[in-house]
Amino acid sequence: MKLFAELYQALDATTKTKEKLRALVSYFQQSPPQDAAWAVFFLLGRRPRLALSWPKLRAWACKAAAIPDWLFDECYHAVGDLAETIALVLPEHRSTDVEPLHHWIETQLLSLAKLDDSGQREVLEQAWAGLNQMERFVWNKLITGAFRVGVSHQLVTRALAQVANLPAGVVAHRLMGHWQPTAAFYQSLIEPETADTALSRPFPFFLAHPLEDPVESLGDVALWQAEWKWDGIRAQFIRRQGQVFLWSRGEELVTERFPEIAESALWLPDGTVLDGEILPWKDGHVLPFAQLQRRIGRKNLSARMLAAVPVVFLAFDILERTGEDVRAMPLHERRAWLEELIQAAHVDRLILAPKLTVGRTFLSDQTDKNVHPTSSASSWEELARLREESRARGVEGLMLKRLDSAYGVGRQRGAWWKWKINPFTMDAVLIYAQRGSGKRASIYTDYTFGVWDEGKLVPVAKAYSGLTDEEIRQVDRFVRQNSLEKFGPVRAVPPVHVFELAFEGIGFSTRHKSGVAVRFPRIARWRKDKKPEEADTLATLRKLIPDTPKGRELY
Amino acid sequence: MALLELTEAGLYCPAGDFHIDPWQPTPRAVITHAHADHARPGCGSYLAAAPGILILRVRLGPDASIQSLPYGETVALDRVRLSLHPAGHILGSAQVRLESDGEVWVVSGDYKRQHDATCSAFEPVRCHTFVTESTFGLPIYRWPNPDEVFSDINSWWRDNQEAGRTSILLGYTLGKAQRLLAGVDASLGPIYVHGAVERINEAYRQAGVSLPSTPIASDQPRRTPWDKALIVAPPSVVGSPWLRKFGDLSMAMASGWMQIRGTRRRQAVDRGFVLSDHADWPGLLQTIHETGAERVLVTHGYSAALARYLGGQGLSAEVLPTRFEGERLETSRDTVEE
Repeated sequence: MKLFAELYQALDATTKTKEKLRALVSYFQQSPPQDAAWAVFFLLGRRPRLALSWPKLRAWACKAAAIPDWLFDECYHAVGDLAETIALVLPEHRSTDVEPLHHWIETQLLSLAKLDDSGQREVLEQAWAGLNQMERFVWNKLITGAFRVGVSHQLVTRALAQVANLPAGVVAHRLMGHWQPTAAFYQSLIEPETADTALSRPFPFFLAHPLEDPVESLGDVALWQAEWKWDGIRAQFIRRQGQVFLWSRGEELVTERFPEIAESALWLPDGTVLDGEILPWKDGHVLPFAQLQRRIGRKNLSARMLAAVPVVFLAFDILERTGEDVRAMPLHERRAWLEELIQAAHVDRLILAPKLTVGRTFLSDQTDKNVHPTSSASSWEELARLREESRARGVEGLMLKRLDSAYGVGRQRGAWWKWKINPFTMDAVLIYAQRGSGKRASIYTDYTFGVWDEGKLVPVAKAYSGLTDEEIRQVDRFVRQNSLEKFGPVRAVPPVHVFELAFEGIGFSTRHKSGVAVRFPRIARWRKDKKPEEADTLATLRKLIPDTPKGRELY
Repeated sequence: MALLELTEAGLYCPAGDFHIDPWQPTPRAVITHAHADHARPGCGSYLAAAPGILILRVRLGPDASIQSLPYGETVALDRVRLSLHPAGHILGSAQVRLESDGEVWVVSGDYKRQHDATCSAFEPVRCHTFVTESTFGLPIYRWPNPDEVFSDINSWWRDNQEAGRTSILLGYTLGKAQRLLAGVDASLGPIYVHGAVERINEAYRQAGVSLPSTPIASDQPRRTPWDKALIVAPPSVVGSPWLRKFGDLSMAMASGWMQIRGTRRRQAVDRGFVLSDHADWPGLLQTIHETGAERVLVTHGYSAALARYLGGQGLSAEVLPTRFEGERLETSRDTVEE
């Protein structure tokens, strides 16, 4: 545990990628494979099943620290993190720990699920008593399933690649899919490159950066392929040796959740991997994402649900063709293969992502006219106009991909861009504030905003992000000096400050007091120039809701 | 009878007709220490502990009427006998002991129980009523041994030297900066300071505190090799152009707030060292116990929590709402005292 706690500390202590990489490499080089496997497991955000509840942990920590419950809660509010609060309230010890990480995980942590309360308590008290503050913190993070430290998937991959002396893409590929954190797995992760590919293993997803510069900066429009940006579940669809796997971008195997898509794989040749989007789809149109969410949560899909929210796999790329990795081939070639493949399959749950034909490179439109109305654009301006239709079409904007681009690994700049539509905005008044957690503990950073309705402010959105540190300090001071009433950790404040909120979608809702719900609200800027009376009204918000069945059934 | 009352201007002693650390100008002010939330300008005359007089002069200007009193000496002010006792917070920081008709009150000001080479150690004073601060009045605040902290600071400095990075160490101008300078291993390399720190350093040196030599960073020629140097500066330099000339740097902050990971990360510094000039939770409890006080008045900080906890321990404890600043963080751009 000692080495792993030191790794955590080193990663936590710096914001510099280079130093994080150095810390990771040094950890992997020093650790036994079984430890390294668990470290990879946790660093990538995976977690074992846990059986410890907040109240139990709190009660045992209070006993061990000899403090009353209410004082623990005060501490928690100041710290904003359960694992850290427990680590800090317990009296400081010298560490007596000599056990490797896998021992802590395999014989302690994994045993917790099988023990009764008193057994769990015994394991925890012993652990706390033998660890120093930092080790205790990391241990608490592991047992509460909240282990997170600022390293990206990509950085862990790079570190392992460096340790194994392999291209990062090979390691990334080996890290995909199902694996168990064992010494054997770690060995296979860093062993020299071989031809074998685990049967179910997907490729690392290639991700696009948001386009921030003017679109003209991308140069000649003829060098680009434009597609709609769909709001579904990004997934890879794999058919190898007669078996079918559907992987979400969260690396979850979702084959069984979407049986109708899995069935359509029968019409695909063996050795095929497609990249695309799982979308709720009816009568040739996409349904709102919220419809898909109704299905995602269910273990057993009723026939009624399957009929109410049918899904399709909308393919936009091919990564493996007749058993061969074709990611390095240019996009226009992959696209041609993809079109050929989808047309040959000719199955209604597997459709081709329409391409917006750009410029004069492609004279004819190649998308399937039955699937989606097609469009053509001869210049960036024309594309920009098409993008304005996004909302009406139920998409988030456009994707721009260089025709000569390979299918890369992770989020890289330059080849693929997402060009989302501008968000909706509203001016709303700050009415409640709450202290944040983690990095924002003990500062009022979580805000509720209201708009006017019949002379009163009704809450319509909560937002946590968008202000500068200096602005957060100003709001924090305002909240501290002007709290009207307290509801638990929430402070009501006088309606003085107006903020412009940006959001992605809006619909009617029966679950919200205001009757409307907004999607992804965040603070665009502080409108110090506006008085609260100038904020928007609920009636204006309602007018933003698209007057279509789609808009009405949202959220 | 209450020896102190809370008035618009601050803590007032009616039997002696003076205020302690008033936040508005008053005719007579007894000052616990020279931090800005305790020593405000504009009072008719000031009384403070002798070792801190020079610093108070820097703070209040040449025209202020300031009288000094050695630690432990008693003066009579009307019906009150007053004496000042070391609080261990910064140079010249004092607890104010008030006695009238056999009743004893002690106002602690800010205090700490850890070793500090730049000021006299805290002395517990027996009293009936103890007025305590509570800046770090929660059990999550337990300070590591300062020797270990300084050894961490020294190794951070050495690591930076090896990596060719300038070491910038942030700490409050008055008190913390001098404690840092006196505590680091000055043989490791050159030490420079921000101009605001050097003004206070001079007052410390005149008062007989030994500090390493600390040239002002901005007075140095442009081509000074900074990468072996340690530079001590106030937290307000974060994000300012003053930092530009130092090239590749590592920034660390020394503060009790660095105990909390979220706070440490929010300051956007590379390292946080847990070093405070306030008492931690065990220090507060130990001190309250040692005063033998049956009544405790808790001011700035986690006052409600500490008062409630003491109540649960059988003491009579209440919150005394003052305008001293307890809950601020050091890098808010305002003057923040620690």
